[in-house]
Amino acid sequence: MDGSAATALSDADADLVEELLSGSHRALARVITRIENRSTGHRGIVSRLHEHTGGADVIGITGSPGAGKSTLVDKLAAAYRDRGDTVGVVAVDPSSPYTGGAVLGDRIRMGSNVGDMDVFFRSMSARGQLGGLSMATADAVKALDAFGKDVVIVETVGAGQNEIDIVRTADTVAVLVQPGSGDDIQTLKAGILEIGDVFVVNKADMDGAERTLAELEEMVHRRESPTAGLDTGHHGFDAPTHPDDESDGGGVDDADGSGEGDDASDAEWTPDVTRTVANTGEGVEDLIATFDAHARHLRESGEIEETKRLRYAEEIRTLVRADVGTLASGEIERHGGIDALAEAVRRRETDPYTVAAEVVAPIEACVERAERDGNETE
Amino acid sequence: MSVEQEERAIRCLVAKVGLDGHDRGAHVIARAFRDAGFEVVYSGLHRAPEDIVQAAVQEDVDVLGISILSGAHNTLVPKVIDGLKEYDAFEDTLVLVGGIIPDDDEAELKQLGVAEVFGPGTPMEETIEFIRNNVSERA
Repeated sequence: MDGSAATALSDADADLVEELLSGSHRALARVITRIENRSTGHRGIVSRLHEHTGGADVIGITGSPGAGKSTLVDKLAAAYRDRGDTVGVVAVDPSSPYTGGAVLGDRIRMGSNVGDMDVFFRSMSARGQLGGLSMATADAVKALDAFGKDVVIVETVGAGQNEIDIVRTADTVAVLVQPGSGDDIQTLKAGILEIGDVFVVNKADMDGAERTLAELEEMVHRRESPTAGLDTGHHGFDAPTHPDDESDGGGVDDADGSGEGDDASDAEWTPDVTRTVANTGEGVEDLIATFDAHARHLRESGEIEETKRLRYAEEIRTLVRADVGTLASGEIERHGGIDALAEAVRRRETDPYTVAAEVVAPIEACVERAERDGNETE
Repeated sequence: MSVEQEERAIRCLVAKVGLDGHDRGAHVIARAFRDAGFEVVYSGLHRAPEDIVQAAVQEDVDVLGISILSGAHNTLVPKVIDGLKEYDAFEDTLVLVGGIIPDDDEAELKQLGVAEVFGPGTPMEETIEFIRNNVSERA
């Protein structure tokens, strides 16, 4: 596939990008729609925007449904505005698997910021399958970043594996927990725990807040122990690369080569456990201070570069896999379609391995030819 | 392409403007739209016209449905429409009004650019059908 064709930009789209960069809200909204629809030309738009990104602090907010994510995001946005920062918010809500329809309710909670155009709030539905959602969310964050927002907040659906994908687009991840949710914390251990840079006990004026705080503290400190280094979140990738990490060397790859990790070792980030009452705004200032501290930590330790590299690596892999998958789907069609192939396997006329080899053969041949041509021209 | 596959959905903003606390109708509409496969953003109660404009622009909705039962439509709807124009968002947004609107006012609202007015008792299917047929084709 011709890469330049896939990212080529029509004149209208080039204008759209220009308008976005010059501060048109309408253009920004339209670009996010294009991204969300994965419509023709969105690749060109996003690839043009990329060079303008990198200025925003990206914060992910996740946690179980009803934990108060939307309300907290509203108060956070207002507090950032108070100190003069511009804010972008991407809030993801679930969609019906049957009709595709969705009621995107997060906006109702944005009471503190209505009428303030410098808070750009965008609801997205979890339309996606096949990782399309996380891709669209990441691209929407890029659009807000390129637009010039100082802070971009991503609010997730509130349950499931998707969280981890979406949250990977964030530099700093806050996990929201409500008091008295002992069982919630049990489930958090499985996946969400690893991705949190900050744990927030929201509704901290409710019974059981102290206990939940204590439980989280305990979990966070257990996670610090070397034996707990088996996590798979983005920190899981980071941890083993520290030269003097106590896990012995299995994961050390000196990809950055610059030794910038050296001075990072004494500044390992310990997840903070904080408390808020999002309804009243209590604790929001402290939370922002914690976010700032984490952002500073990422910059000073050089971890931000590593995090970003990992993120882009994942993005490249996702795109390549998707594109190759499309080629493969085309080949499956050419071989009579998936149903016919499956039926042939069922009748014992052939087997899945043979089918897969036949389908991939033409693609393989192309790749081999390209390699040969490449070698000849060198 | 799997990541590339176009997933166009009709996006609607269901909006309550002004001092009007009756939102049962808006809720029912929001749910019906959702079941029709639309993505529905609900504004919440007591919004000012500029709040509605902000939401419509940022959410880049195809349809703006304003529910008004307070009788203040002649004041509020023009403000919303002017706001949309200010952000170049009027041309391709289908503006609908639902509620109790006298016939004379209905004509006036349509003059302003409201695509249709739906009174009490309008079958849900009629509204959904109207949206499907009239939503503007975008790039």
